[in-house]
Amino acid sequence: MPEETQHQFDHARRAGFGPSDDIRQQRAQGALVKEEVAPAPGAATEPIWMALGYEAVRQVMGDHVRFSNQRRFRAQAIRGGSKHRPQEMSGHLMDYDQPEHTRLRKMLTPEFTVRRIQRLKPVTEQIAERCLDAMERAGQPADLVDLYASPISGAVLCELLGVPRDDRREFLVKHQWQLEQDRSRKDRAAAQAYTSGYLRALVKRQRKDPDEGFIGQLIRDHGDNFDDEELLGICGLMVLAGLDNVTGMISLGVLALLEHPDQLAVFLADPEKNVDRVVDELLRFLSVAHAPTPRTAVEDVVVAGQLVKAGEEIVCSIPMANRDPALGPDVDRFDVNRDPLPHIAFGHGIHHCIGAALGRMELRTAYLALWRRFPDLRLAVPAADVPHKTNSIAYGLEHLPVAW
Amino acid sequence: MVEVRVDPEICAASGMCKLLVPAVFDQSEEDGTVLLTDPVPPADLEAKVRTAALRCPAGAIAVHEMETDAS
Repeated sequence: MPEETQHQFDHARRAGFGPSDDIRQQRAQGALVKEEVAPAPGAATEPIWMALGYEAVRQVMGDHVRFSNQRRFRAQAIRGGSKHRPQEMSGHLMDYDQPEHTRLRKMLTPEFTVRRIQRLKPVTEQIAERCLDAMERAGQPADLVDLYASPISGAVLCELLGVPRDDRREFLVKHQWQLEQDRSRKDRAAAQAYTSGYLRALVKRQRKDPDEGFIGQLIRDHGDNFDDEELLGICGLMVLAGLDNVTGMISLGVLALLEHPDQLAVFLADPEKNVDRVVDELLRFLSVAHAPTPRTAVEDVVVAGQLVKAGEEIVCSIPMANRDPALGPDVDRFDVNRDPLPHIAFGHGIHHCIGAALGRMELRTAYLALWRRFPDLRLAVPAADVPHKTNSIAYGLEHLPVAW
Repeated sequence: MVEVRVDPEICAASGMCKLLVPAVFDQSEEDGTVLLTDPVPPADLEAKVRTAALRCPAGAIAVHEMETDAS
């Protein structure tokens, strides 16, 4: 799913912490622009709409009646708008429309409420502390991506899914392989077979003997309402949504704070009190998720003064929407003192990120624990030499060398 | 003064409102949808409640001005 998207669309273009200059120039042409893209590398181009303005993006994402997530007419979706769902798309909520979407989502939401996520907080704190111990042992300079951001998102995901500690390293490594463009097709297919086989076995195990974790709880509460393919799809979605987004936010967020010492000073003046607004502003400012599932118009709709015809597709740019002047003053500035803006870093409408509270808790924990341990944290290389990661479903950093 | 109304039927259970104004909003244990703990919040929370209404991904929160005798 993610690997195809990056070849299809150019919405992932970034510069520094924000969207690239050319996507900003496109925005000058309008809030909704048409672009020619190739559905696959080497294929003939087709027109697709790009929603770049805040109001346009909110309209499209907020209207699940006239914009469908599953009736895609191209690429890897349900071709021709067929109702038939391929088995491998089972459980992927982002590819569902009403009323099926609500049926699945209602069963999942109790596991992701703000209250329920608080239960994962102590274990997330332990995970962060273990990572910091490992960083200290490794010595300076240390790569914050490899030793902190990535292991935290990985371990929390494994806690959620109930992947035993001994299996985690291999599971996470293989997951990474399947997303890496520079790996051979054969290696990626083998890695994918491993992770999906692993999850399949995990679901089977939980069916037999459900534990206290997320999958076990789902099976206990709703076991008869899910088939194994749906459960597997839900696990796959958690993996997809719970790793790169979080890793990207932790690592880019640390870089943003280090590069804005005045904002870091506000955070550190009273970390516990200020962390929530720091997290919220970082979510907006960085908007690591490039775009949600493309929407397909099911009837003719006017968006930002343009006619989108039935069957045409729209890609919504989250980073552009979150830096639209309509959102508030001086939106290109990272400003933790501002009143929280109505940004859409977690999406908008019925597909709003189900793991939003979990994500916030992870970020909060990660930033607090890091500066508690290393109050004098600094970059170990010039900021211009920090490699940014653009070949993934979420923006992030390849490496972040730090010292303390 | 303002009165807050919520619509659990269209709520997407994102938990945004509870995060923003825990004194006014809660989430149901059962399905995560919105619960209103204080339909007429104190004046100092009004701005926050309006932000929560704007941030609600499902548009499930409405804020109404209340007519008061004093005014």
